[in-house]
Amino acid sequence: MPRAVRGLIGLLAFGVVWEAAVAAGLLPARFLPPPSVVLAGVVELFAQDAFLRDVVATVLAWAIALGVAVAVAVPAGLVLGSVPGVRAASRVLVEFLRPIPSVALIPLVVLLVGGGPEAKITLAVYAATWPVLYNTLYAVGGIDPVLRDTARTCGAGPLRTMLAVALPHAAPSVFTGVRMAAAIALIVVVSTEFLAGASRGIGNVVLTASSGAGRSDLVLAATLAAGAVGILINEGLERLGERLFGRSTRSAEPV
Amino acid sequence: MTAVPPQTTQHMLDVRHLRHTYGDGPDAHAALDDLSFTVAAGELACIVGPSGCGKSTLLRTVAGLLAPGGGDVLLHGTPVRGVPADLAFVFQDYSRSLFPWLTVRRNVEFPLNWRSLPRAERRDRAQQELERVGLPDVGGRYPWQLSGGMQQRVAIARALATEPALLLMDEPFASVDAQTRFELEDLLRRVQRERGTTVLLVTHDIDESVYLADRVLVLTGAPAGLLADLPVDLPEQRDQIATRESAAFVALRAEVARLLRTRSPGARSPSGGRSPSA
Amino acid sequence: MRGWPVVLAALVLGEIGTRVAQHPFFPSPSAVLATAAQVWLTGPPQRLLLADPVFDDVLPSLARALGGWLIAAVLGVTCGVLLGRSRTALDYVGPLFAFARAIPPPTLIPVFLVLFGIGTRMQLATIVFATVWPVLLNTVDGVRSLDRVQVDTARSLRTPRPWWIGMVVLPAALPDIFAGLRLSLSIAVILMVVSELVGAANGIGYELLLAQRQFDFPLMWAWIGLLGALGYGLNALLLAVERRALGWTALHGTGR
Repeated sequence: MPRAVRGLIGLLAFGVVWEAAVAAGLLPARFLPPPSVVLAGVVELFAQDAFLRDVVATVLAWAIALGVAVAVAVPAGLVLGSVPGVRAASRVLVEFLRPIPSVALIPLVVLLVGGGPEAKITLAVYAATWPVLYNTLYAVGGIDPVLRDTARTCGAGPLRTMLAVALPHAAPSVFTGVRMAAAIALIVVVSTEFLAGASRGIGNVVLTASSGAGRSDLVLAATLAAGAVGILINEGLERLGERLFGRSTRSAEPV
Repeated sequence: MTAVPPQTTQHMLDVRHLRHTYGDGPDAHAALDDLSFTVAAGELACIVGPSGCGKSTLLRTVAGLLAPGGGDVLLHGTPVRGVPADLAFVFQDYSRSLFPWLTVRRNVEFPLNWRSLPRAERRDRAQQELERVGLPDVGGRYPWQLSGGMQQRVAIARALATEPALLLMDEPFASVDAQTRFELEDLLRRVQRERGTTVLLVTHDIDESVYLADRVLVLTGAPAGLLADLPVDLPEQRDQIATRESAAFVALRAEVARLLRTRSPGARSPSGGRSPSA
Repeated sequence: MRGWPVVLAALVLGEIGTRVAQHPFFPSPSAVLATAAQVWLTGPPQRLLLADPVFDDVLPSLARALGGWLIAAVLGVTCGVLLGRSRTALDYVGPLFAFARAIPPPTLIPVFLVLFGIGTRMQLATIVFATVWPVLLNTVDGVRSLDRVQVDTARSLRTPRPWWIGMVVLPAALPDIFAGLRLSLSIAVILMVVSELVGAANGIGYELLLAQRQFDFPLMWAWIGLLGALGYGLNALLLAVERRALGWTALHGTGR
């Protein structure tokens, strides 16, 4: 049995069990609607123009945030990684800043840059920069000194060394960091939409659906949509990574 | 399954018409082809053959780690299904066979853990085994702190801790340097003679097979069949220098080498032509 | 140890920068530290000078984060071992898990809210849901990458199943498991805060939100700083435990 079929069976089995549990009264239908109702909710959402625009808004914000994060973190990581001692010296600072959840900064950021998409993009940039910077820094710092010396003896200056040796060598690691950053950025964008509620997006749909009388089926439907976007992005990046680097960049540590 | 002829029940190990093929269809790779031999209790038998001929497959089948595609393995007259109780296996790659998170002593104790022995007795037996292989003081260290030869001694100690009737060894000394190899060969003979354990050892080293064995079983190339079963007529006490210089050793060694070069009287190997490295 | 000069330098720069800029949103580090001391360290001596907010907010938050993380750890390792040992089981649950992982955990908070109401149960549910994946998947990875020779060795010794799992599979998978546990721990802290922002009556996230609503910026930054310190401290603790448990990987070459 091919793997895809097995996976499908797993999904179906899960749906069937859930459906049965609700029908048997084990799960509250109002708060945890069965898959049949949720899927109907998905259809309902996607039939609305407004929702499609929400999806686009989320994905657009995600793309911008990721782009900015990569544009900032990769050069910074390259430069800092090439300077000996930076890794060790910055370790403590990085370990202090990493646990601070970007969502904790939402009100501050909203006050600073306004409540619209700027807030979620700013926060997503902040959150997504770390994995890329971290991975670039460590990959560059871990380059075999023999490679560097070889470049030097060939007459390459520091900039050329960086571009011709450091960057290609660190590229797979950087890409793994980008994949992690992509997942984090999406989560932050959707979470900010949900928690701050001031801009369009899938998270905002969840917020609207969950407030007031609450439509749990739409909440779950929107959540599913967010998950689907996440999977598409992840799969897409994985394929891209395999094409670029010729082997699986599937890291052992998932996000 | 062939019926059991009465006289073979006296052999400890009885391998009959063993066959095994990996995969199926056009990519199928036949590893063993109608291999039959016996090993008597207390014997040290060496299996030697060209590389890739299926020696490891044979050993894994005898150990019960692999179910053969055809034929049978009988230990004490009973067919082997899964790993039998009084059998132990020593692998070539000692660094991966010893558990790195356990000390040397705990590694040796490992097979004793579920045999309802009080802790003190387990420790004592492990310590005894370590002393028998010449490592009285390393119980508290970790495997990676020992040299390759010492690690393989620990692996042997662990294998013997359960006092098996049959010890299988898959190229056990291939990953150590020559000097250590000689020490380990002598250790093995000594330990085997002391305890009367039956040993079936696979090697690609012709000299080693003749030096160690009571019998040398020469295999053909893949798929492996039995090319020759040579009794080793060397003195009981063997010495790395004297024995290896003796005429009997040289003759036997040459015989094995010749057999391996021609590979088989009936041209069994599919490619023909190429002679293996002696 | 070598990282501390940079932290000090950052603090000094921050002090100078914030005093010069005089922006209300960014009080100077000294002001923040003073607020922190005032809020947390003005308690009675017999309680180590710790004031009420420590007991009313910090400890419950920590308990939730650690509790959720531990539950996720047990769940993740158990399921991971079960899944990792079966060839096909992972195929069946693969897409299901991929979906569950991809869902941003904060979006499930409304669901957990209506199921459990405001409070600890909702938070634990959120934390467990979000943190179980790294542990589970890393455990599966660790179990699957078991060395072939070790498997054969254990089989040749006729190792009974409990001993096999407890003394071979788990120790061999431990480096991977710990990596998953560390990632889970940082996620647990984040989700503890997020769930408290939405549905709690006490806790670090709750106080953080309160401070922000009252525009009390030094207090807000104090809570944020505490978050960073807690995250750092917990991670360092876990690393220390990991180093002791994995001492054998030091020279074996499988350390991460």
